[in-house]
Amino acid sequence: MIRSELLRELAPVIADHLVVCNIGLPSQEMHMIDDRETNFYMLGTMGLASSIGLGLALAQDKKVVVIDGDGSVLTNLGTLPTIANNVTDNYVLLIVDNGSYGSTGDQPTYAGMKTSLTEVARACGCENVVECSGADTPAAVEAALAGDKMTIIVSKVESGNVKVPVITRDPVNIRDRFMDAVKA
Amino acid sequence: MDVSEKIVSDFVANDVSFITTVPCKQLGDVIEAVEAHPAIYHIPANKEDEGMGLCAGAFMGGKRPAIIMQNTAIGVTINTLVTLTQFYRMPLPMLISYRGELGEPVACQVEMAVHTKALLAQLNIPTYHFHKEEDVEEFDKILKYTFTCNKPVAILTDASFWKGY
Repeated sequence: MIRSELLRELAPVIADHLVVCNIGLPSQEMHMIDDRETNFYMLGTMGLASSIGLGLALAQDKKVVVIDGDGSVLTNLGTLPTIANNVTDNYVLLIVDNGSYGSTGDQPTYAGMKTSLTEVARACGCENVVECSGADTPAAVEAALAGDKMTIIVSKVESGNVKVPVITRDPVNIRDRFMDAVKA
Repeated sequence: MDVSEKIVSDFVANDVSFITTVPCKQLGDVIEAVEAHPAIYHIPANKEDEGMGLCAGAFMGGKRPAIIMQNTAIGVTINTLVTLTQFYRMPLPMLISYRGELGEPVACQVEMAVHTKALLAQLNIPTYHFHKEEDVEEFDKILKYTFTCNKPVAILTDASFWKGY
């Protein structure tokens, strides 16, 4: 299973929640599969999806799902201690771990080699860390949302991409639409 | 009221309730005052770009955020300022210790100080420079201005303002 296949199966599970989509293909794929006003699309700024999602979850009560990637978490590895030490039970961080920088041409990441982001997250103090296959991920996200416990899910999928159009919606429009959905 | 208390009281009066910090010796007292205030959620960040991500999320969640950091962080955060804070048009007061100015004991700090204002100008970031203690009187207006214009705004605070460190 590759990321776009996972996102197709995940879309109905997260449809009623606030979703922060990582830069590049994760945003483009979610935009193509199920564009919703409850989705925030990152158009730049690699690495900060988990931080944006954490700030959002701490600032209000609705549940927040962050669709992040192994490469982006490695870019902003300092995010994991911050998450661990600022627990908010409306926060689910899904790390789609395909062991590669998908948006830039599937160059390998260290997460596909010796480094286990699951173990890193645990070592940083995150209390609920689940590692699962892509096939088991929608159920794991559903359980995390139902469980009311801040959860980190590391979803092991294969590297690979589908063709998908870039997002042309204006960033201020993305943000404004999303903020209306947060307030609704 | 000392400058740190004044700054924190202006934050609270302007409904700034989510503050991320990366420490600097000059900012020790104000960070302590932020941590102590019950109306502020203080979330230390490991790096300033991470902190700006937290602030972006908090803003979209309905809170007014701010970041407290050193001027060396300008070098860390240019991409985030441009592609997140400015591109999505979000407000962000940045209370910045202006290291490398008069009174600086660490030579290396001067290397970033000489670029600080030029970089902020290049980024079209409104910039204020607190040098004397009474300059803090403008802080309240700067916060109001920041949340009116939805931009990152820099407040550089030098060693003379903090009376050394």
